[in-house]
Amino acid sequence: MRQLIFACCVGLLPFAANAVEPDEMLTDPVLEQRAREISKDLRCVVCQNQDIDSSNAGVARDLRLLVRERLVTGDTDTEVIEYIRARYGDYVLLKPPLEPATYALWFAPIAFVLIGVFVGGGVLMSRRKQEAFEDLGAEDENTVSEILRRNEEGDAS
Amino acid sequence: MKRLIAGLPFIAAVIFGGFFLWGLNPDRDPNEIPSVFISQPAPKFDLEAIPGLETPGLSRSDLVGNERPVVVNVFASWCVPCRAEHAVLTRFVEREGIRLFGINYKDKPADAVKWLNDLGNPYERIGSDLSGRTGIEWGLSGVPETFIVDGDGTVLFRYVGPVVGPEAVERFTEALKQAGALPSGAAS
Repeated sequence: MRQLIFACCVGLLPFAANAVEPDEMLTDPVLEQRAREISKDLRCVVCQNQDIDSSNAGVARDLRLLVRERLVTGDTDTEVIEYIRARYGDYVLLKPPLEPATYALWFAPIAFVLIGVFVGGGVLMSRRKQEAFEDLGAEDENTVSEILRRNEEGDAS
Repeated sequence: MKRLIAGLPFIAAVIFGGFFLWGLNPDRDPNEIPSVFISQPAPKFDLEAIPGLETPGLSRSDLVGNERPVVVNVFASWCVPCRAEHAVLTRFVEREGIRLFGINYKDKPADAVKWLNDLGNPYERIGSDLSGRTGIEWGLSGVPETFIVDGDGTVLFRYVGPVVGPEAVERFTEALKQAGALPSGAAS
């Protein structure tokens, strides 16, 4: 009975649906792990917001096999990624490279934060300045004291 | 300084507005993947002929040294849009006189032979890419895809998806003209 309950519990555990089929996997666990990591950084060109590691598209499978093949022949991770990038362009990289064409992409968020801080700070500073009172000047000062004096005397006019 | 700060929201609005305007362009296809091969040499590949078909195989050397640019079409018998595109390509070969090469992508040879026997074979050469590896060499994202390759082996144009419908045919014809792939004096 206890075993049955245990089996049911295990059955209920959510397993991540993997696109990587057993026949694709490498026998060497270290290489396989590297292949998985590389696959997670490569975009599937069919279903464009998925990495090839989780995509079931045919091309994604071919690319996974290619990644593994290159690793087995002794390529480094960067070499494998460069190999695929040479054929599919920067577009296959889920993380765009930092280069002049992508400066806007990488630095715009920082720039916007800085602009926000700058403008917000500027507005707050100028508001604080307004609160500080300035002297009224001799003429106005006289007028005001005249009005106050009249008020005290009860002359409402 | 103050004027600069006051102008910032306006500048931001202009930038965002311009971006939205660009996004609204109906001709822009957000799914389009820029090809790295345009103006680059075509990839190296060497494909056997489809067994059971008389058409010879295709390799990179067949694309080089031609008098006019040639068209390379990636197709498969299991690809439904390819069937529609087949008629268009056949017409281009028969009426415009383009030279058409084929890459048969991940197709069972028997199916491919049957498909070509049923619909006709406009291809001068067909390479059988069973593993899909040549497809990757070409940066293929799906079938059909069509390339125009210059006589020196440079890829001039890439069309993703079937060349079907007046707009696609017009775009493709324009690309053929610009590449000089149409023989001079052809009825167009």
